[in-house]
Amino acid sequence: MTLAERMYLPAIVGGMATTLKHFFSKPVTIRYPEQTRYLGPIYRGHHILKKDEQGAERCTACGLCAVACPAEAISMVAEERKKGEEKLYREEKYAKVYEINMLRCIFCGLCEEACPKEAIFLRHDQMVPVFSSRDEVIYGKDKLVEKMDQRYLREGWK
Amino acid sequence: MDLFDSVFLAKASFIGIVFAITLGIAAYSTYFERKIAAFMQDRIGPDRAGPFGILQPLADAVKMFMKEDFIPANSNKWLFIMGPCLSMLTALMTSAVVPFGDTVTIGDVTFDLQGIDVNIGILWVFGIVSLGVYGILIGGWASNNKYSLLGAIRAASQNISYELAMGLSIIAILMMTGSLSTKAIVEAQQNGHWNILYQPMGFIIFLICAFAECNRTPFDLPECETELIGGYHTEYSSMKLGFYLFAEYINMFISGAVMATLYFGGYDYPGVDFVTAQLGATAATLIGAGALIGKALAFVFIFMWVRWTLPRFRYDQLMGLGWSGLIPLAMFNVVVTGLGILLDQQILIGIGGVVVFIAGIVVYDQLFVKKKLA
Repeated sequence: MTLAERMYLPAIVGGMATTLKHFFSKPVTIRYPEQTRYLGPIYRGHHILKKDEQGAERCTACGLCAVACPAEAISMVAEERKKGEEKLYREEKYAKVYEINMLRCIFCGLCEEACPKEAIFLRHDQMVPVFSSRDEVIYGKDKLVEKMDQRYLREGWK
Repeated sequence: MDLFDSVFLAKASFIGIVFAITLGIAAYSTYFERKIAAFMQDRIGPDRAGPFGILQPLADAVKMFMKEDFIPANSNKWLFIMGPCLSMLTALMTSAVVPFGDTVTIGDVTFDLQGIDVNIGILWVFGIVSLGVYGILIGGWASNNKYSLLGAIRAASQNISYELAMGLSIIAILMMTGSLSTKAIVEAQQNGHWNILYQPMGFIIFLICAFAECNRTPFDLPECETELIGGYHTEYSSMKLGFYLFAEYINMFISGAVMATLYFGGYDYPGVDFVTAQLGATAATLIGAGALIGKALAFVFIFMWVRWTLPRFRYDQLMGLGWSGLIPLAMFNVVVTGLGILLDQQILIGIGGVVVFIAGIVVYDQLFVKKKLA
């Protein structure tokens, strides 16, 4: 080691300068629950059952999503559409019950790929919230079906 | 009797104020320590308790009091309790001789902005600081734990080693002032004749020794987590641990105040005469007290800045620096100061001393240190 290295003093001064520089630089912290980071256009978050432009549910309860699901998180009960319900359901068969068990779901997105009616999506802008009790785990249609006043739009859709 | 009452009242209220300021600053030092650490690591730090987290010290105090106060079964109970008390007591006693300002007259009562102006001033600080290590030593020993004891022994030997160099660096100041009284030392520095200009080398030695005396990084070997779990406070919990940590912050503030007193003109600040003429003597004195606290807080910042920059020394490096580095340097500084006083050229000789020292090291390095072939 040279004399300067053995004295440590230049290294100490250099280190102090480094920490002082960081003292005045902007923190990188994101205060998570209040502030969220944009996770990208293809993030797989909260499930949503889409409606079409007229407000009719697209899902026809074919069960392909349940078959595709590797975690077997999806279950449904199909029902025939009655007369006068054309405004509510687009196809002649619809899902009376559609449930996703969020403890089982692994957010792989295979249901989204399997769906022939473009009915189920994993939205990129919202996550499944933390749950603290088993009663909150199974998400029914009340939590999954899209609301017409706050429609889900993905980048590239119209 | 009336005089006694007013003097007693003045002293008591002043001491109360100093206690309040010291404790408040120590409490908020814990908050600023975390904030400064966070900023230096590009984080935000505590921000949940109150706006910007300014109620964090309160939350910490509540936490400390609510925690279980555990006393190990095989410890010496009385000494175990006495340790943190002694630490806290000695930490608070040091501020008695720090002059916070000249006299202030309110009504017909004259306040002396100093706890007590004894003619042994700086020796008092030394004596109390030396006693302070008993708090750590007793606590570490009474814990009946090998790691605590090792931490306590380290604290004791470290404090004794660095007190020597510290004392020698102060001797140079005493030679210049001719008095041990802190008030006399400050008065000799008025109007910008700060000792830092005459004693740059002495100040560096004193600063390094102050780090060691406060057990702060890079000299925090008594509480070295990597080797000693928690050092002398391994077995402590609840507010007893809080007292130890609190005493450390009080010591930091007080040593900052002592350094400001000895080397940075105490309550002197640029433009005293102008402020006195404009606002009156009382206002000028109070601003001076603020200036002293400001200087002390600047030192507290430096303490924290160093803590979050430098890693810990190895114990042999610590002892090597103290005994074979700082003590000879402090002796050299005493000689240089004596030469300066003799020739009546103190600043010139002071700078000359630094130059001669650096040149001496370089020459020694060139002549005597064997170079490894690269």
